[in-house]
Amino acid sequence: MTSYNREQIRDIIFDALGAIAPEVEPALIAPDRPLREQIDIDSFDFLNFIIRLHETLGIDIPEKDYAELLTLNSAVEYLTRRCAAQQ
Amino acid sequence: MYEFRMPSLGADMEAGTLVEWLIKPGDEVQRGQVVAVVETQKGAVDVEIWETGTVDKLVVEAGRKVPVGELLALLRTVGEPAAAAPETLGTRGAPQVATAPAIVAAALPRAEAAAVSARQRVAPAARKLAEELGVDIASVQAAEPGAVISRADVERAAQAKTLTPAVAKAAAPDWHAQMRMAIAAAMSRSKREIPHYYLASDIDVTAVSSWLETENLKRSVTERLLPVVPFMKAVALALREVPELNGFWIDGAWRPSAAVHLGMAIAMRGGGLVAPAIHDADRKSLDQLMADLRDLITRVRSGRLRSSEMSDPTVTFTNLGEQGVEGVFGVIYPPQVAIVGLGKITERPWVEGGAVVVRKVVTATLAADHRASDGHRGGLFLAALDRLLQEPERLR
Repeated sequence: MTSYNREQIRDIIFDALGAIAPEVEPALIAPDRPLREQIDIDSFDFLNFIIRLHETLGIDIPEKDYAELLTLNSAVEYLTRRCAAQQ
Repeated sequence: MYEFRMPSLGADMEAGTLVEWLIKPGDEVQRGQVVAVVETQKGAVDVEIWETGTVDKLVVEAGRKVPVGELLALLRTVGEPAAAAPETLGTRGAPQVATAPAIVAAALPRAEAAAVSARQRVAPAARKLAEELGVDIASVQAAEPGAVISRADVERAAQAKTLTPAVAKAAAPDWHAQMRMAIAAAMSRSKREIPHYYLASDIDVTAVSSWLETENLKRSVTERLLPVVPFMKAVALALREVPELNGFWIDGAWRPSAAVHLGMAIAMRGGGLVAPAIHDADRKSLDQLMADLRDLITRVRSGRLRSSEMSDPTVTFTNLGEQGVEGVFGVIYPPQVAIVGLGKITERPWVEGGAVVVRKVVTATLAADHRASDGHRGGLFLAALDRLLQEPERLR
């Protein structure tokens, strides 16, 4: 299991979002506002986002944790924690 | 001799441009095989043939705009001998729409752009390069349909741009305008011709929601079901109980459909929508429905739809709950006779056994054609939907 710092996790999130919603401009995302208010993604897109994170980071994200991925900041926190726990 | 004709890929389609033949004379073709690419107002579509045989002759050449019903090719069915005197390409079929060569030339790149502009997937490095080279990323095509656009694709587009700047630039906005025209035509016809009636019913979906939660807990992330999937199955099964809502109203007559082909309203990135069919939704497992839905949405957004998906939905299902909408009263897509709508699942106060409890509730709606059914039957459909959703384990 590779270890990731917050900066790397943030880049991985942007890559996953960019593959789903290519028009997303990372610099314009407000880190504390819900992502789905800022990006036009539906539940299908969101599931693909989770699948991409799963493929890149090797962690399984249960549905009950989806709420932790609402904003960019909370997603970075959650994924950093989960990756560290898998060490 | 089987005559392969330009199919109608929706009520709003009068003609389509034959972009590419995927067969040539002498080829063996199978029933259901994709044989041509046709550009419609709603993008490029893979057109299937519904006969098995040998291609005798291609009547229309690629690049031509052809009205619906026009002969495109001739097929020798099994055991049939070859035609004695093959005719020259393009000599048959007088009413082909005359198209100026300039328009034909522009139609080709537009069709390809249409297929990808719905939802492109772009590598960040490719996006950066496109900005540096001044290439419009919307006009760049991936090496393979549906693939992520790479730096190499951008470089190739930059080279093409220096050769044909006008065509590449005109592509995307024109496609959006065409999409709006197609929607305008179908929806205006619907409101002009169809006497809609509208029903709504609040349904307690606590059981199906918790069933799905438990089910998804057992599944890896790649096998999870989207919340809409059990609803698709329940809608399809309820339609079997009230068949007056499933089929077509054509030339003043009701034509029921034995099969339930559920047209899924899918929004396209940047505006517009399509409602292609999931075939035989009432007979598929939830896993199969999820796989089909995944395949369909992926192709709506980054690939191409097939002609049968465009032409044969027997009813439409629209799910606007994700935008926070509580109820949606749809406009029927002619010649269908019903559209079922689902709003957002919310926790609401609910009276049960004389007490107020908190339940997960959704507003299900039906807009139906009063020529084909009455409100009473429509009400039975919503009641059946409610009943089916109370026993989620039986939806599998």
